[in-house]
Amino acid sequence: MAETQIKNLTLNFGPQHPSAHGVLRMVLEMDGEIIERADPHVGLLHRGTEKLIEYKNYLQAVPYFDRLDYVSPQNQEHAFALATEKLLGCEVPQRGQYLRVLFAELGRLANHSFNVSAYAMDIGAMTPMLWAVEERELLMEFFERVCGARLHMAYFRPGGVSYDMPAGLGDDIYAWAERFPQVIDDLEGLLTENRIFKQRSVDIGVMTAEQCYDWGFSGPNLRASGVPWDLRKAQPYDVYAKMDFDVPVGKNGDCYDRYLVRIYEMREAIRIVKQCLEQMPPGPVRVDDRKISPPRRAEMKQSMEALIHHFKLYTEGYHVPAGETYTAVEAPKGEFAVYLVSDGTNKPYRCKIRAPGFAHLQAMDFMCKGHMLADVVANLGSLDIVFGEIDR
Amino acid sequence: MDQALLDLGEYISAALSQEVIDFEVRHDELMVRVRRDNLVKVAMFLRDDVNCQFKQVVDICGVDLPERDERFDVIYNLLSLVQNRRIRLKVATDDVHPVPSIVSVYSAAGWYEREVWDLFGVLFADNPDLRRIMTDYGFEGHPLRKDFPLTGYVEVRYDDEQKRVVYEPVKLTQEFRSFDFLSPWEGMLPGDEKATAEPAEGDKGEGA
Repeated sequence: MAETQIKNLTLNFGPQHPSAHGVLRMVLEMDGEIIERADPHVGLLHRGTEKLIEYKNYLQAVPYFDRLDYVSPQNQEHAFALATEKLLGCEVPQRGQYLRVLFAELGRLANHSFNVSAYAMDIGAMTPMLWAVEERELLMEFFERVCGARLHMAYFRPGGVSYDMPAGLGDDIYAWAERFPQVIDDLEGLLTENRIFKQRSVDIGVMTAEQCYDWGFSGPNLRASGVPWDLRKAQPYDVYAKMDFDVPVGKNGDCYDRYLVRIYEMREAIRIVKQCLEQMPPGPVRVDDRKISPPRRAEMKQSMEALIHHFKLYTEGYHVPAGETYTAVEAPKGEFAVYLVSDGTNKPYRCKIRAPGFAHLQAMDFMCKGHMLADVVANLGSLDIVFGEIDR
Repeated sequence: MDQALLDLGEYISAALSQEVIDFEVRHDELMVRVRRDNLVKVAMFLRDDVNCQFKQVVDICGVDLPERDERFDVIYNLLSLVQNRRIRLKVATDDVHPVPSIVSVYSAAGWYEREVWDLFGVLFADNPDLRRIMTDYGFEGHPLRKDFPLTGYVEVRYDDEQKRVVYEPVKLTQEFRSFDFLSPWEGMLPGDEKATAEPAEGDKGEGA
């Protein structure tokens, strides 16, 4: 028989693949079922957020951050609010800081419960998704009660938060936080020792600590490789310095460890939520500077000056002193940062958004090489990719 | 913190006196301006030197300053997990002269450089894969340049006759509006930063 030439197969994964977590198109070069090269094509969800922000004033830029990683919107507003406050040089009142940390951690819980269950569904387990999304729905009810929006909250604003909690919300969140660990136990009961789950995730997509540094990993994906690095501990912002929590760290840096780190992070987040609710002092939730934060509506009915301030803030906005800052927060997916350049006017001159998923997805080629086709899905799910933030 | 950053800046500019132009510390952040041709050496030093250990490149981005001769700044944000420090490198360039790629030092730089190329049109020498990343296949222009209009030049729609998506020039049903809310009286109001602003605030001019 004549010698036949064997050519590598090129396979298009996505952009309409259910486990592509959105609109990822990945061109896979395959030798049989083994991945030789993975080339992710991103940008299908590119909306030009950074360009749009250059044309809006600082307050108008806040809602764009909700639309980046739409699974945990408030954590991204947090970065923008902190960056703007740094340039403005204003300090948020204690209660505002507690509220931010509280809702940032609730965002982390919403994100991780969704990611863990979506990851489980990617590799074959249906039930965790049904259970976790139910809890996520309850969390979004809390978000709705505090700011009126379930998803795109626009709650963390430069200078504080937009509203104080309504009466009774704190108690309801506390009751939920008391109950939620049981749900984590249930999820773990389905997954952690599950034979199929372990076969699909243990020793898949192993990243050593050195490789993580090289590829710019952050957040749970970095901690899964045994690096105890958490911006909430290392460079604390708002009241994280007062919180007592541990940073879970993995050992092997595989998909299974990334899953475990997220599970334990949820338990730690519950601790932080409870501490916030217990320690939260009464008081204002926004800076008391009428050049930055708008007056209360009741005040506007009485005071001419409040009315003028309101008008000025919602037309011209506030001016941010010229300067530049790179401000990062520990978002659920990793280090989310804003590089903000101000030229002294009411609009950002440049606002670069550093999305953790961008660096993680970049490493897909490195992680998938030599793996089977089915492991691509496991790797992708364990990295916690959301295209809103990658494509911006 | 400030003093430690100043010390670090002194240390770096002493060790790399040929490569570093200057450094400054503002808002507790260290920024080092680097000569374009020596970027790889600087990055290598920052990664491997025992007092620096900036092992992660967390972000690379561009800034467009059209009023300058070298209109682009490329900004590298590095992170040292051992020292718990951040540093920002700044390299000036224009749309002709390429910036040396630091992919050989940090693998993560690859996509970030692609992004800067795509959105600003800054060239990177020796990047193994300098394709567009954010914009559409076959896109023309570099959207984050200040002279690129917010509305862009083309729009897409699905053409039912050709059974595919077609590109057409942007048609705006009304003129693009950009309101100037900057008040001319601002400087006289008490409590306003412009009233007290000293000329020293002119950070912007030389490349903020």
